[in-house]
Amino acid sequence: MTAPQATPGSETSTAPRTLFEKVWASHAILTREDGTALLWIDRHFVHEGSFHGFGMLEHSGRPLARPDLTIAVADHYVPSHARTEPIRDPEVAGMITTLRRNAERHGVDLLDLDDPRQGIVHVIGPEQGLTLPGLTVVCGDSHTSTHGAFGALAFGIGASEVSHVLATQTLWQRRPKTMRITVDGTLSPHVAGKDVILAIIGRIGAGGAVGHVIEYAGSAIRSLPMEGRLTVCNMSIEAGARAGMIAPDETTFAWVEGRPRAPKSDAFAAAVAAWRRLPTEEGARFDRDVVLDAAEIAPTVTWGTSPETALPVTGVVPDPATATDAAKRARIADQLDYMGLAPGRPLEGIPVDRVFIGSCTNARLPDLRAAAAVLRGQRAVVPGLVVAGSVPVKRAAEAEGLDRVFRDAGLTWGEPGCSMCVGMNGDLVKPGERCAATSNRNFQGRQGPGARTHLMSPAMAAAAALRGAITDVRRVA
Amino acid sequence: MTPFTTLDGLAVALDRSNVDTDQIIPARFLRKPRSAGYQNFLFHDVREAEPDFPLNGRAPAILVADANFGCGSSREGAVYALVDAGIRCVIAPSFGDIFAGNAGKNGLLTVVLAPDLAAALRAQLPASMRVDLPAQQVRFPDGSVHGFAIDAFRKRCLVEGLDDIGLTLAHAGEIAAFQDADRAARPWAMPA
Repeated sequence: MTAPQATPGSETSTAPRTLFEKVWASHAILTREDGTALLWIDRHFVHEGSFHGFGMLEHSGRPLARPDLTIAVADHYVPSHARTEPIRDPEVAGMITTLRRNAERHGVDLLDLDDPRQGIVHVIGPEQGLTLPGLTVVCGDSHTSTHGAFGALAFGIGASEVSHVLATQTLWQRRPKTMRITVDGTLSPHVAGKDVILAIIGRIGAGGAVGHVIEYAGSAIRSLPMEGRLTVCNMSIEAGARAGMIAPDETTFAWVEGRPRAPKSDAFAAAVAAWRRLPTEEGARFDRDVVLDAAEIAPTVTWGTSPETALPVTGVVPDPATATDAAKRARIADQLDYMGLAPGRPLEGIPVDRVFIGSCTNARLPDLRAAAAVLRGQRAVVPGLVVAGSVPVKRAAEAEGLDRVFRDAGLTWGEPGCSMCVGMNGDLVKPGERCAATSNRNFQGRQGPGARTHLMSPAMAAAAALRGAITDVRRVA
Repeated sequence: MTPFTTLDGLAVALDRSNVDTDQIIPARFLRKPRSAGYQNFLFHDVREAEPDFPLNGRAPAILVADANFGCGSSREGAVYALVDAGIRCVIAPSFGDIFAGNAGKNGLLTVVLAPDLAAALRAQLPASMRVDLPAQQVRFPDGSVHGFAIDAFRKRCLVEGLDDIGLTLAHAGEIAAFQDADRAARPWAMPA
């Protein structure tokens, strides 16, 4: 094996480049012959589940390379209720204590349970202005792809890679391929970022973007507010993508300006000047191009145990008999069996037992507004849990009276965290129960052993709460 | 990390695609320390729900699945569960990117075979087979031999059982030089 070479300066390249290529080139410290690069990491978010990575660092006796670029937050296991009382589960309490100890020992800023900035890691990063265009962002969580909405290269890593970043602030990465997904046209009323990304995953499949970084482009993507773009990039991993990115524009700059940890005054102006050079240039080549028509995207829901089972709410549960081969037939049949659904049944009207509105996918202020707009003045007929993505989101929602709308509808208003998306804090869907969820995964057992999950937008989840069944939000809004 | 060279062992077929890491290890076990051993968490809920699950009553060294194995959550616990249960190699037409990266760091070899070839292999299982990493070849139970591709760096780390943090820190000079140049080029990239 030959020694790795320093990456050639980006100035020497004249071919039109993609957003991804620019961010990659500006972070490659070394590049090996096989294309694997040693990347500089600008932001490393850690959470209480990162204890394996800290343990490996401790075991090696190495110091934490850049505590100033490491940000810790408690989110995955934190209780949704009675936040001021001691955590009853000793294992969970121990994980939070371990995070505190690691943050203190290594001089890392911790957004603890009582911190007014606390929230889900993929909500607080952008909110605090830590996530910026053109950065590399990693976290031991697959939904780190969320941060790509700002034109950052952001991806999830495992515990060993967490320890590598803690020790070196770098990461070896095989250079991914590129895929552009263009959504042109105008989105219909009540069609949100969630419907866009579910439609995309339904089209390309759960493994459709394996080995690729996706750039989302087109007028429908540009028209999305930052929160909608965050939802789209969040679920890139559900199509198998290494990361998802959206070119920064005026919407991005306006959203970032004034955030607590974002550059200020002259530094902000210099940053914006640099960020304007990031978007993909005319004629730049992608390994794969996919095009969707925004006008064809309807409110979308999943019927199975993979996000790729997304269909317009006006559709029907598929019939295994119509599958083209035996493997597909078996896959559909297995999912129908787990989900307790019959082939050919309309998606609309499938009864649900509860509703979950929250998660790093859909727990930002506009998400809560969209759900509240459907629920306002009405009563849900099934129980439901609404969990804001962060303390600032929760406070802003309360200032607008959204918490009253949810409570008056009969839903529970929880404290910020990952909650029922993954059930690590005990917020579980019971075996056999069916949940309308705004989260990102409908995997078997994701929300609890035997739980059945249907993914959808916040407005659609609110409509499901009102009718106790999957409902086309356009009928109730 | 245990070096990986040649492996002869029992292979079993998992005839399904999109096997996500929530199935490989349910979230509630991720709070356990690694020292506890993760083998009993492997496919915990699936094994209970499906009495004829291919891993029930078998202790294979090799698992052969369909496309997109290890998709979903980045939890490295999925790899710990496989490794602690004695599985050293997973063969599939494709893998979740994060899972494949985690596997390489823990001495678990991921072999990518074309979909038809992987299907042909699954049809011959359960049976004993050979995986030869230095030669980049697998020998099916029927005796046929097939090559596979792997990144040179990942192969070297697996064969030699290398600690890649140690390798990276050997480049400390280049990393420091990069930081100096980067501070000048992107002063705005530091948190305010």
